[in-house]
Order: sequence, then structure tokens, then C-alpha cells
Amino acid sequence: MQIPYNETARPDTGLFNAKLGLWLFLASEVMLFGALFSTYVLLRVGAPVWPHGYTILNVPLATLNTVVLISSSVTMVMSWASLMMKNFGKFRLYLGLTILMGMAFLVVKTFEYKAKFVHYGVTLHDGTEIVGHLEEEAEDHVVMLPDMKDGVQPSPVHIGRAQIKRLTNFGPWYSTFLAIYFTLTGLHVLHVIGGLVVNIYLWGPGAKMWKTEPTRFTNRIEVAGLYWHFVDLVWIFLFPVLYLL
Amino acid sequence: MEMQAEEVKKHVKVYIMVFVVLLFLTIVTVAVSYLHLSVGVGIAVALLIASIKATLVGGYFMHLISEKKLIYATLILTVVFFIVLMVIPVSHALDPIRYNH
Repeated sequence: MQIPYNETARPDTGLFNAKLGLWLFLASEVMLFGALFSTYVLLRVGAPVWPHGYTILNVPLATLNTVVLISSSVTMVMSWASLMMKNFGKFRLYLGLTILMGMAFLVVKTFEYKAKFVHYGVTLHDGTEIVGHLEEEAEDHVVMLPDMKDGVQPSPVHIGRAQIKRLTNFGPWYSTFLAIYFTLTGLHVLHVIGGLVVNIYLWGPGAKMWKTEPTRFTNRIEVAGLYWHFVDLVWIFLFPVLYLL
Repeated sequence: MEMQAEEVKKHVKVYIMVFVVLLFLTIVTVAVSYLHLSVGVGIAVALLIASIKATLVGGYFMHLISEKKLIYATLILTVVFFIVLMVIPVSHALDPIRYNH
């Protein structure tokens, strides 16, 4: 059975079906991320204090990831343009680069997440808070190496367990800021993984369609690109909101 | 495929130009954060730059600059609901009762 309007535009919408479907999906995605951005605003305006993202998160790594994702958006649109110009070799090159940059984004994000899970905060019963790395964890005490302050590395601090009110790493449970950071970036990472799965399929086994139905395959790359650009768009807002403000 | 191959060739140059502008705006975003502006001004500037970048990605990479009316209609409806979502938490913060306690 021939599926209608996957190559030519429907007369009433002026679009091939997958394109309209993808845009409707993206509209629902805007509401999904919109709800979380709205949650972020609600938490931030309701909080008595809110940390600047750059005091907790790694801005240089996030800037690198921004450049990586923007570059991958360009290679994605170039892969579609290559098919439009009937150059399958260049399409493979550009989509391959898009996939590699998507993977690079995930690698950088893994380093960022890992750094949070080995970074600790200790709150003592007298209200003192020490933030740094755990040097030693024994039954009756811990040794913390506090973070550098004004370029000076403080000495390790020996803390008895009896003094500790709370000891936890910088996971989502550490603070409201880190909870919304992990929620927003985690959802975004899932979207990057989803886009990578589709792009890898279209670069590999899915590319066979080019030989039999080139127009339909080009349309597939166009809608896969629309999704990838959306993932880039979300990051364009996440970066300043979480890291710089 | 609404565009023809010849038309796409012309667009490739535009894609590269947009890419350069996006990289430049990323540098500007980070540079502005080092100015340590007040929270309100900082948010306004950062969101303004992000919106310009989003417009460039949407307009040129997603071809919204020359799209069909049905997509514009869908997006306008989405934007309206998005604005409502953003206004809800802000209106909560402006609730005078919250600050009279």
C-alpha cells in the first residue's frame, strides 16, 4: 500500500504529511519544556536566595557544548542541502559529523555530571557550610578538601561525624537549583539521545531509501533536521538560564 | 520539497553566515555574564540574545522564513500558550497578599 503525501505536498495543507506531523510534535515539545521553564521561574521567584549558575556549574564546558551543538545544527542543515543537490557523499559526511558532534555533546555532559557527583557539601550543626571534595570518609569522621577561594587552596578539614548535620554530593537532592538543573538538562540529554538514534539510523541502514525513493528520503532528513534544530534551540535558552544568570 | 536545487545552493552561503553570527552571539552571551549586571538587566540581556539566536536557527535552519501558513498558525497558537505558562509563575510573585504577611 502506498502511503499518501510522503513525497508531494497535500493540496489542502501545502505540506508533506511528515513535516506537518513533526511540527505538531515540536509544538507539544515546546509545551513540555515550557512547563519546566515555568517551573524554574516559579522556583526562582519563590526562593529567598538563588545561586548564580556560574558559581556551581562549569561555564567553559557548557560554552564548548553550545558551540558543538550549534555546529551540529549547521552540519545537519548542510546534510539536507547536499541531498537537495543530489550529492549523497557529502550528505553522509555532514550527517556523520552531526552524529559525532551529538556524541561529543553527551561526552562533555557526562564529565559535567560526574563532577557534580564527586563534589560535596557539608552542613554542620552550628550552621557552618563547607563545600569541596571528600578526601577521606571514615566511620567517625570525614576529611574535606574545601574549594579554592580567590586562587588559594585551603587546607583539608577534619570533621567529626557528630558535628555533621548534612553531608551530600551535588546531585539533584542537594538544592532546588541542582534539582531543576538536572531535570532540565536531563530531559534535554534524553532528546539528544533520541535524535542521535534517528540520525544514526538515517546515516546507516535507513540511507538505502536514497536509491529507491530519493525524494522521500530527503524529506525524512528534513524532518529529522527540524527535530535536531529544536534540540539546539532548547539548549540556546538552557545555557544562559542555568549557567550564566 | 518546496525548494529547488539551485535555490538550495544559494542558501548554503546563508547557513554559513548564520553559523558565524550564532558563534559570535554565544561569545557575547558569555562576555555579558562577566559584566555582573543586576539580576533583572542580566536576565533581559541574556534572554534577548538567546531570542535572536533562536530566531536565526528557526528562521534559516528550520526554514520558518518561508514556510506554509498552517505551520505559522500552529506556532502562533503554541507561542500564546507558552506565554501563558511563563506569566503564571510571575503573576504569583506579584501577588500582594504574599508580601503582606
